[in-house]
Amino acid sequence: MARALTRTRARLDRQAERVSGDLAIRLRGVVKRYGPITAVDGLDLDVPEGTCVGLLGPNGAGKSTTMRLLTAQAIADEGELEVLGFRLPEESKAARAQCGVVPQLDNLDTTLTVEQNLLVFTYLYRIGRKERRQAIERALSMANLVDRRKDRADKLSGGMRRRLLIARALVHRPRLVLLDEPTVGLDPQVRQELWALIDALRAEGTTILMSTHYIEEAQRLADTVLIMSHGSAVAAGPPAQLVADHAGREAVEVYGPPPRLAEAEAAARAAGLLTRRTGTSVSVLGIEAADGRAPEGERRPANLEDVFVLLTGEEID
Amino acid sequence: MASLAPERRLGRLERPAMTGVFVRELVNYSAYWRSSAFSSTVEPTIYLLAFGFGFGSLVSRVGGFEYVEFVGTGTVATAVLFSSAFPAMFGTFVKYKFQRTYDAVLAAPVDTEELVTAEALWMAVRAGVYGCVPLLVALVFGLDPSWGMLTVPGIAFVAGFGWACFGISIAGFASSIENFNYVVSAVITPLFLVAGTFFPLSELPRWAQIAGNFNPLHHCVELVRHAAFGFEGVTDLARLGVLVLFGLLMWRIAIFAMTRKLVD
Repeated sequence: MARALTRTRARLDRQAERVSGDLAIRLRGVVKRYGPITAVDGLDLDVPEGTCVGLLGPNGAGKSTTMRLLTAQAIADEGELEVLGFRLPEESKAARAQCGVVPQLDNLDTTLTVEQNLLVFTYLYRIGRKERRQAIERALSMANLVDRRKDRADKLSGGMRRRLLIARALVHRPRLVLLDEPTVGLDPQVRQELWALIDALRAEGTTILMSTHYIEEAQRLADTVLIMSHGSAVAAGPPAQLVADHAGREAVEVYGPPPRLAEAEAAARAAGLLTRRTGTSVSVLGIEAADGRAPEGERRPANLEDVFVLLTGEEID
Repeated sequence: MASLAPERRLGRLERPAMTGVFVRELVNYSAYWRSSAFSSTVEPTIYLLAFGFGFGSLVSRVGGFEYVEFVGTGTVATAVLFSSAFPAMFGTFVKYKFQRTYDAVLAAPVDTEELVTAEALWMAVRAGVYGCVPLLVALVFGLDPSWGMLTVPGIAFVAGFGWACFGISIAGFASSIENFNYVVSAVITPLFLVAGTFFPLSELPRWAQIAGNFNPLHHCVELVRHAAFGFEGVTDLARLGVLVLFGLLMWRIAIFAMTRKLVD
């Protein structure tokens, strides 16, 4: 009896937290290991309801594992996970009922039509018979696929297939959408089209967690960016704030042959300035506070890419 | 914006979750039913015709039956095996590894237990239907109809569920699709041949007869034969019990194997 009361109280507490509109996702000290590799290493993550949070990190930073943890397709070794007030992995199914997931890799039923792909997911997401048709129409319209409804998925272009994946994730009007690298491998035009779709979703008040390694994507879409490296968060905040805190206001781009770049880099570091390599140049950061110690070069505003490289390293692991 | 999804806490083995998986199979089946029905019915029918009329010209009666009737009832189990174990092995592996279908399904409110159960039930339904085809062919070639034959879809369904779960388990444990060759050669082919389909086990050495009783396919063959020619009371109930136990055991193994595979 006492245990039942405790359980009921705990559930009410969680519901109360949900009603207060605080966090759609709350992770504390989450660890996930695969043998000797620690894919997620003590991750803390807060996603407030109604916001778009970007998980930004290089390949292998633990972004996709984090996404799998949120749908209980991976089980954490340590830490606490809550999604929409439901504790994971025990209550994951109830959380998944109110989440939409757009995977990194296309997993559409390719021999089915656009409409059939959506129909299957109206059943999987338990949409009532009366609302099913309307839900499909809404998803088709949102993803701009109304005219392609009868086309088989394997006849669609890469961009349309991505849109269908997003439509499929939205068919039940989820409160939370998990987007795992939503525009990876797509043309700039298609990427912009998808950004507009994600932005419309955000404007509707849907909470979004989006993993990406495209800096521009995170900068344009995310209210808050969490930069991940080696499985843990190295910085979090609004993109502009992250830039101001870690890279300053302005940078100087120094071009030249490798010896010249090495020389500029050494001089800047000796003067206490931060630098980063871009491949063809050296960026010297925070020059607004350089007091005449800044090298000659092209001035530009500091950006999120500066922060990303500073915090996640210049070398590929 | 109100979500269309349910907000209550969700339990295990829920009907809506399994209906979702079932509907997915049904909608997909509408795209490939011709090839599936062809392979699952034509192959056992060829066995029936080849053995029944080819071998039957040399052996007129076996175990007290016309040979074509003996084989006609026996190949029902072959059709069940072909329409459940093989699609379960290959289909499950392809959906897991290449199409990543299960990633999509498990991102919805569906658990591995529900996914495996619904897929096995779907294949069992197909086995129940496809299993009747050799019997219908045998009827055309002279097998006398009987009321007991009406139980054949049910027998095929129960046996098909076990074999589907067997196939899903193999797919769950296999690290590559090439590993299936070992299972087909070392497990399925011997079980298929020593099931009493083409010759009675009573003609085999004693040890093979005892081993045959551990072959679920043999019990399926015998049950279908008795459905056509007359049930044997308690013995047949025991055979049905073996098929049910086989199904339950394989079901749990399939869930274990796929959970290991799908959830990191």
